Amino acid sequence: MIGTGILKGMAVTARNFVGSYFDEERLTTVQYPEERSPLPENYRNFPFLPYDGEDPHAGLRCVACKICEKECPPQCIYIVKSDDKKPDYMGKPQFYPKVFDIDISVCMSCQICVEVCPFEAIKMDKEFELSKRERFDQLLLRKEDLAKPNDYYHKICPTDATDVDAKLAAAAEAAAKKKAATAARAPAKD
Amino acid sequence: MSTTVETLEAMERPPVTMGSRLEGELLEVSMGPQHPSTHGVFRMNVALEGEIVRRLKPVFGYLHRNHEKIGENTSYLGSMPYTDRLDYFCSMTNNWAYALSVEKLAGIEVPERAEYLRIILAELTRLQNHASLLGFLLNDMGAWGTPLMYAFREREKILDLFESLSGSRMMCDYMRFGGCRCDTPPGWMEQAKKIVDRFPRFIDELEQLVVGNEVVIGRTQNVGVLSPELAINAGITGPMLRACGVNYDIRKVDGYGFYPRFKFRVPLGDHGDTYDRLMIRVLEMPESLSILQQAFAQIKPGPIVNPKVKLRAFRPPVGEAYGRIEGPKGELGFYLISDGGPNPYRYRVRPPSFINLTVLEDLCLGHTVADVMVILGSIDIVMGEVDR
Ligand code: SF4
Ligand code: SF4
Repeated sequence: MIGTGILKGMAVTARNFVGSYFDEERLTTVQYPEERSPLPENYRNFPFLPYDGEDPHAGLRCVACKICEKECPPQCIYIVKSDDKKPDYMGKPQFYPKVFDIDISVCMSCQICVEVCPFEAIKMDKEFELSKRERFDQLLLRKEDLAKPNDYYHKICPTDATDVDAKLAAAAEAAAKKKAATAARAPAKD
Repeated sequence: MSTTVETLEAMERPPVTMGSRLEGELLEVSMGPQHPSTHGVFRMNVALEGEIVRRLKPVFGYLHRNHEKIGENTSYLGSMPYTDRLDYFCSMTNNWAYALSVEKLAGIEVPERAEYLRIILAELTRLQNHASLLGFLLNDMGAWGTPLMYAFREREKILDLFESLSGSRMMCDYMRFGGCRCDTPPGWMEQAKKIVDRFPRFIDELEQLVVGNEVVIGRTQNVGVLSPELAINAGITGPMLRACGVNYDIRKVDGYGFYPRFKFRVPLGDHGDTYDRLMIRVLEMPESLSILQQAFAQIKPGPIVNPKVKLRAFRPPVGEAYGRIEGPKGELGFYLISDGGPNPYRYRVRPPSFINLTVLEDLCLGHTVADVMVILGSIDIVMGEVDR
């Protein structure tokens, strides 16, 4: 009979309409910004630079090797290497970035910088409410805006941050051992 | 001054009256690029006789982003996130097609778990692509919003899966040469299984909503008939080709990945009209679900990426390779020529949306202007892939 198909369709809409008041599965809208759905741990947005300890300058892990700058597909990272050196987490003197800018109006959140960085110095942030009133200066994040404490990284990515800390601690320990070994061997050589 | 007046007078047209005077005159209408039914910035110059389409000229290029040239100027790895932006509905399959061509070029092995994960992700992509396509198609037919929102509700669940796996809902950038970027987070597989188990409910609802609906039948049957000969000659692939009854599915033909290990059927259409194109998608979804169930049963823990592949300074040997997969929209292929350097010498995308769109005029001639929207919707295009 003509019209049955339409009636069947109507029944589906009615079921969905009524169900949207009771059924968890049909009730999917989240009333943003009052309500927020939780972000998964892997969620990524724009990069930031975690630092150890209290001082963003002393604790910054980045050694200005410029690998991320070279690999970033849209070329939105700009780094200037320092002239002097500062000790890194293993106590070895290293260069540090005098300038570290990321243009987040160009960044496409691809995470390649994070993957290629050999020093665990750049990680993905989760902050996404970034609307600004000005589109040039305010969307160009400087070193000061990018540096965030390691605790913050622990807060947004607990599993990853713990892994990274363990890895860095192991590397530091190995370096300390090596140093002690060379120090022990050095007098014997004389 | 006087010349202008003369020209104006010369250009003056006879007054428009009702009746026989208009017969034989074609009215040119420019549809798009901001038309809501053109699925993006696509323009069609349509010549109408009354309501009947007599000529149709598609105008592309509004979304051209130089994808191929950029691909030739970035490293092999750097092109991976750009492929997400081709067909932004199906970034996982785009990743796979590109990774497959690079793996062919450099002769890279992929670990077992990564292959299974790729199949799971590709089939989930197919599900959400077909679901949203059906929603959009019904939207074009005048079922404003409702089916589309149902489809998006289901799609959102799959996108949540993608987000918790790769970090982004649509721009996943998940696959890497020789595997995938990271393993699944805890609980991901269970969540995926739950969604796949619940998905048939949505397909049933959609079938009730669409299949017997008199309006849908009236609007789609015998509209935009594509003959198998024309489809093959024009290089049409994917569900659109199978709707004409041509049995050609690259999952079966090439058997890339682990597809030969899976049992699934390839639904075929009979008439090649819009209704068949719609139904092919409805019928493909349960097949995808069956592939997913088999993959969940077979997948085992293991390494996720080939450790021999370098992430940085990746230089494949000199040579060329064409890798293709059965994307949700058709054959998606990447053709790469390597001269041994860090960038491809030539990087070419074979986009299914674009090539399927080339027969638009043949499908639309003789139909009314309202049918053009439905036919366009049934082709399943994404402008990001058409214009690149
Ligand atoms: S963030 Fe990492 S890759 Fe980039 S310059 Fe610093 S240390 Fe090098
Ligand atoms: S996320 Fe991608 S685009 Fe953004 S800075 Fe890192 S490499 Fe560049």
